[in-house]
Amino acid sequence: MERPVTLNINGRNHTVQVEPRALLVHVLRDTLNLTGTHVGCDTSQCGACTVLVDGQAVKSCTALAVQAEGTRITTIEGLARGDTLHPLQMAFWEKHGLQCGFCTPGMILTAMDFLAQNPDPTDEEIRHAIEGNLCRCTGYQNIVAAIKSAAATLRAGNAGAAA
Amino acid sequence: MATLFGSGIKRREDPRLITGQATYVDDVKLPRLAYAVFARSPYAHAKIARIDVSAARQAPGVLAVYTGADVKDRLVPVPCAWNVPNCDLKIPAHPLLAHDRVRYAGDAVAMVIAETRAQARDAVDLVDVDYEPLRATADPEKATQPGAARLHEEIPDNIGFTWVVSGGDAEAAFQGAEVAVSQRIVQQRLLPTAMEPRAAVAQYNRGSGQLTLWATSQNPHIHRFLCSVMLKLPEHRIRVIAPEVGGGFGSKIPAYPDEALVSFAAMELGIPVKWTEDRSENYKVTIHGRDHIEYVEMCGTRDGTITGIRTKVYAGLGAYASTAAPGIPTILHGLVYSGSYMIPNIHGTIYGVYTNGTPVDAYRGAGRPEAAYLIERLVDIFARKIGMDPIEVRRKNFIPKDQFPYTVATGLIYDSGNYEAALDKALGLLDLKAFRAEQARARKEGRYLGMGLVSYIEICGLGPSQVAGAVGFGGGLYDSAIVRVYPTGVVKVYIGASPHGQGEETTFAQIVAHEFGYPVENVEIIHGDTDNTPQGWGTYGSRTTAVCGSAVKVAALRVKEKAKLLAAHLLEANEADLEWKDDAFRVKGSPDKAKGMAELALMANVAWNMPPGMEPGLEATAFFDPTNFVYPFGTHICTVEVDEQTGQVKILRYIAVDDCGPPINPMIVDGQIHGGVIQGIGEGLQEIAVYDEEAQLVTGTMMDYAVPKASQMPHIEVAHTITPSPVNPLGVKGCGEAGTIASAACLVNAVCDALAPLGITHIDKPLTPARVWAAIQKAKGATP
Repeated sequence: MERPVTLNINGRNHTVQVEPRALLVHVLRDTLNLTGTHVGCDTSQCGACTVLVDGQAVKSCTALAVQAEGTRITTIEGLARGDTLHPLQMAFWEKHGLQCGFCTPGMILTAMDFLAQNPDPTDEEIRHAIEGNLCRCTGYQNIVAAIKSAAATLRAGNAGAAA
Repeated sequence: MATLFGSGIKRREDPRLITGQATYVDDVKLPRLAYAVFARSPYAHAKIARIDVSAARQAPGVLAVYTGADVKDRLVPVPCAWNVPNCDLKIPAHPLLAHDRVRYAGDAVAMVIAETRAQARDAVDLVDVDYEPLRATADPEKATQPGAARLHEEIPDNIGFTWVVSGGDAEAAFQGAEVAVSQRIVQQRLLPTAMEPRAAVAQYNRGSGQLTLWATSQNPHIHRFLCSVMLKLPEHRIRVIAPEVGGGFGSKIPAYPDEALVSFAAMELGIPVKWTEDRSENYKVTIHGRDHIEYVEMCGTRDGTITGIRTKVYAGLGAYASTAAPGIPTILHGLVYSGSYMIPNIHGTIYGVYTNGTPVDAYRGAGRPEAAYLIERLVDIFARKIGMDPIEVRRKNFIPKDQFPYTVATGLIYDSGNYEAALDKALGLLDLKAFRAEQARARKEGRYLGMGLVSYIEICGLGPSQVAGAVGFGGGLYDSAIVRVYPTGVVKVYIGASPHGQGEETTFAQIVAHEFGYPVENVEIIHGDTDNTPQGWGTYGSRTTAVCGSAVKVAALRVKEKAKLLAAHLLEANEADLEWKDDAFRVKGSPDKAKGMAELALMANVAWNMPPGMEPGLEATAFFDPTNFVYPFGTHICTVEVDEQTGQVKILRYIAVDDCGPPINPMIVDGQIHGGVIQGIGEGLQEIAVYDEEAQLVTGTMMDYAVPKASQMPHIEVAHTITPSPVNPLGVKGCGEAGTIASAACLVNAVCDALAPLGITHIDKPLTPARVWAAIQKAKGATP
């Protein structure tokens, strides 16, 4: 019943045996031990399981692992470069954009996709962009501030790279 | 050096959380790990005629299946730990697995253990149960009426307790009152919804007889004790570890059957077993909050003096009495009926009622939001009735700041307060005059703007232990810390409380580093493991900083006291001639003769040259038991616009002024306020657990239960006043529940103010468009 599938995760190929019905999130967590991706619901509301698939934020509880073959997957474990945090990670830390941290990986990856499309968002646009990711601790206020701050850092970085 | 106490430094918890390196319970993996899944009743109330698990036992990968019959003589039913006295409390047995009868939809009837999660899940569908459905109700008022379905044979009217709070003479006050108002208020059931569902991993070593239980716990020492009871295993053979915990909001305080059953399976099978709730299961079996139906009255004089409050409350308990359930609508609710006011006459009758709903227990604020809501709603209704500005009614009845400590009619002694200062600060932020002018303009245009205001108090910092004992709480309410200084001077602090998102790894390190003249990096806070932390009572009731933080400070001061004696010895100085200055003990007048903590730590730990009679080592333990609760307070203001056509409520501004004493880390305090306020706005605006006539939970998934989303919630303007508490050495109060306590009432007050021109004085929360629209139609005389 199981079949092999090769997944490219955070730049590395992993070939694993999975049941065709296995969800991507379960393969990430249970088979590959990438437990930074979380499961907070069973109806695709909470967004705690969000990862990037070819740069797009995807709730990994809504995708089968076999569907992800041939894509490039980014999880929270793949964001920092050594000890250098991604600007979004840094901004969540600096702006107190997390408390219990359970929703944070999904929130950060959703924000990453969003900022790639909208590098200079308003608060309202940020709030709209993360409405598929639920947080029960922060009341969202500092998450919005963190994403806004990261956007500025990323813009400055891109401007620097272009110059 | 900048002072660390009061500094909004970045959290020390965060690097592991933002990189995916944190370990939550479901992340724990062990060799030969098996998985548990529970078969749960689809009926809210039924007799179990027959259970057949033979097919499930044959399913691929299944290692064992247990039913109620298998465990009922081997395990002790789930204990209730709050035996509130003088209320005829009846606590029916809560079996870990139902064997003859199920009492709510979700009651577990069998546990399947299999090699993989999927196999266990598949096999649960093969558990074959013949149910004989019985009548059911989830309504706590209807459940007390004659002819209602009876849950427990020994409790004919389903009333689990009748608790009365009384101070002054409410009957006389109402009889002679110039004005009285009354209101039926429903405080709906809520689903706590910690983002991390509950989970447990149990490992039993048959050789050593040691059980290790990783659990989503707010209070691992309490879970150790309660598991010891359920499993009949001595407490010292159980180690409970609460690793990273993804929020709790009260729902991870209680003892549940699941963690004990998973432990039982691990002991039976000799292999580790994991269980993780899915969200639908969480909504069905993890405790719910609130669930009050209240009849409330307030009386007073025409010029605005409040003279009495009277209540009759049906508080739903659900099917069984959860761990702290009896104390929530009584001690933590009825005793606070005075709110911020001098109300001489108070009488409340609280019925705790068994229903066919999920058990109800502590949910953020636990009893106090329900009290603040009914008081603050009544003040507005009373003010409207006498034609007085509700702000002036509040001002007139506030306990004046020079009256503290103040004993209210219910007997509580408020430690400190300055209610008018918080009110004035909030009003200053609003610009009341401008808002009222805008509101008047809008009304002329047929638009409905409103302002709600709440001046709440909270009772928190739970202790003291003597009071806990007197009110039947089955434990102490002190907390504890060990401050251990290593030879190189760095410090580990082992605490009894168990934070799960509140940031005490940072704030407690700030307390110690501040005392020792250290950078915060030199101090690590260890929590959540009963094998290396001193006895503590957990993180809830906004108690962790006020009680456990105080223990940390006391222990740090003890360490410093010993270090000072050692410094005097090493400097060949008289102790009285030493002073702590900057970061070292210095000889007065010769500040260069100095010993800092790091050097003293080394000398104490190597013990080459100790003063006569002094033991080696540098560490201290403190158990801090406060002398009273602490009473944070504040004023919140909300302004709204209500769409008359659709009933949609739009929040224009939300202002929160809270007084939780001196903040150790203002950034963290503000974060707690943000989260609390939004949780209360969710309660006010959109959250409700709905049961149908057969007591089936209709809002059983996140598709149906409206957890607030970012796009639905306002920006919150946060400010503080600072009134230190005299009951602990930090002067701090709690801030975790404050926001939730104020905001639901604040929102409803605002909407009722907006709709005042239509004569609307009350709408039950949550104020969904449908409810608001229906109220508008009713007020206009239309048939909705």
